Amino acid sequence: MSTTLLVVQTLNGLQFGILLFLIAAGLTLVFGVMDFVNLAHGVQYMIGAYLAATFTALTGNFLWGLLLALPTALVVGIILEVLVFRHLYERDHLSQVLATFGVILFLNEAVKLIWGAAPLGVPVPEMLSGNVVLMDGVLYPVYRLVIIGAGLAVALLLYFGVNHTRVGMLVRAGASNPRMVSALGVNIGRLFMIVFGFGAMLAGFAGIMVAPILSVEPGMGDNLLILAMVVIVIGGIGSIRGAFIAALLIGLVDTLGRSFFGDLLRLFMPAATASQTGRAIAPMLIYILMAAVLFFRPAGLFPARR
Amino acid sequence: MNEAVIPSAALPKGPFGLRRNLLPAVLFLAFALAPLAVAFGADPFFQSILIRIMIFAIAAISLDLILGFGGMVSLGHAAFIGIGAYAVGILASHGIEEAHVQLPITLAVASLFALVTGAISLRTKGVYFIMITLAFAQMIMFFATSLSAYGGDDGLTIWTRSQVFGSDILGNRTIFYYVTFAVMLGCYLLCRAMVVSRFGRVLRGSKENPVRMEAIGFSPYRFQLAAYVIAGMMCSLAGFLLANQAEFVSPAYMSWQRSGELLIMVILGGLGSLHGAVIGAAALLLLEEGLAGFTEHWKIILGPLLVLVALFLRQGILGLLTGKKNND
Repeated sequence: MSTTLLVVQTLNGLQFGILLFLIAAGLTLVFGVMDFVNLAHGVQYMIGAYLAATFTALTGNFLWGLLLALPTALVVGIILEVLVFRHLYERDHLSQVLATFGVILFLNEAVKLIWGAAPLGVPVPEMLSGNVVLMDGVLYPVYRLVIIGAGLAVALLLYFGVNHTRVGMLVRAGASNPRMVSALGVNIGRLFMIVFGFGAMLAGFAGIMVAPILSVEPGMGDNLLILAMVVIVIGGIGSIRGAFIAALLIGLVDTLGRSFFGDLLRLFMPAATASQTGRAIAPMLIYILMAAVLFFRPAGLFPARR
Repeated sequence: MNEAVIPSAALPKGPFGLRRNLLPAVLFLAFALAPLAVAFGADPFFQSILIRIMIFAIAAISLDLILGFGGMVSLGHAAFIGIGAYAVGILASHGIEEAHVQLPITLAVASLFALVTGAISLRTKGVYFIMITLAFAQMIMFFATSLSAYGGDDGLTIWTRSQVFGSDILGNRTIFYYVTFAVMLGCYLLCRAMVVSRFGRVLRGSKENPVRMEAIGFSPYRFQLAAYVIAGMMCSLAGFLLANQAEFVSPAYMSWQRSGELLIMVILGGLGSLHGAVIGAAALLLLEEGLAGFTEHWKIILGPLLVLVALFLRQGILGLLTGKKNND
């Protein structure tokens, strides 16, 4: 394995991890604060990407696309909350699974109706379309670095918001004991709506940011949803810090595992067997990691609720 | 978590009682007589759909056993369908086509997988259990994808259906229909017998209150694990039949959406009654077929329908049929 590839793949893993964090942050709060299983969180990501595609095409500028798509994603999230989700907070997980699965079917199909089944592309903004030289002969796209930077900035903002503001305090309190918060006179319904809308917007933001580097297509959120679930379960449900660490871990393990696991096995076994076993096991690595974490810590690394 | 209360009247309490048995009796009788409709001129395609419904009903019944009675929300149950289907596919591709060889191997692999994954999964509770069962299903799905000798991502075509002592009788549609029906009925009756037995009482008790069960001297873990293994083996039978019907297996059989669909069948039909699972499987697959004939974008109708069921039909279709009001 070469150092060049290692550096590039580490950055790719980091970027993937950041993306996962943006989706998982909202999910872990919705899960933790409201005890609500939201399978439809992945479609919020997809909707973000589609909105970015539409608004960028309309305005001809990605930044405008971002600025318009973000509040629209928030509005979509709040509409869903008011129409469907708020009626399900008091219900058991199974009703929530059923309803949010229905929402996934509906929105995936609605997207297909509105935008067509063919994947859309969003051009990388011109200003950010170049490459940077990381070291001798190693080029890395600027835009991917921008995603890493933007994600880290959001993480910092979130850290500040959750730890040093009044709403953040209520969110943290809600994650550890929602009934008590409600008993202390906090309008828990409004808190839920804020958390939900904000989570939807973060997932939308993730979708917007990756629109230029991935193809925007129906169902793009489904598999990412599962990865985000893995992240929040490893991190401990309700914990932003846990989600951040687990997201980076999953991003790195998945990306590096897919490129280097076969090489690693080659140290112990013949090359042909190693590459085949590597290809077989690499996609499973994150699930093995998750099973192992839950085996030793059944409530994740940083459980929020005691 | 698991606040879903089983309406006590929906629990099959014993072999007698006409009212309680009327609905399942009518249901199974309808399945038994349906091929007559084809004999009298209905579209033979209808029979294929019914076979498919019964296959998924078997899987849904097995899921209802652990979900409705054991409170174990598994989002990885489709893994067992995949195990059953791949057992047929892989063995057939090596020329082992005898059902009496394939079946024991299917059940052995399924029970082993259920035992190992169940032993680990049952250490966790609630949402963590949902996620860890999902993780195991994803693992085995990716494992199947990596089997390039057996088609990898594209799946594997099965050239010969399972043979019964050298004869190809499963190739006959009507015989296959009744074999599937018999497996479904057998699984249903077995589960019914189990949930009213001592084993089933402990299982239900462990769902309602594990601490109390431990206090009176039972280990919920062992009973739950046993139920999980039985359900897994039962579900692998559905996979066995599905592979034989479709004559094709692919990793997509194990995707999380498939597991989600199984959950939805059980919830849609009515949790914790066993025949509700059959009704749910029939309702979901018939809805899919019906709406797909109506419009290409049928999911746009099915989605909101599921949301409405979740919001307003708390006991699923069964609650609607028996007119039971939910008061939790």
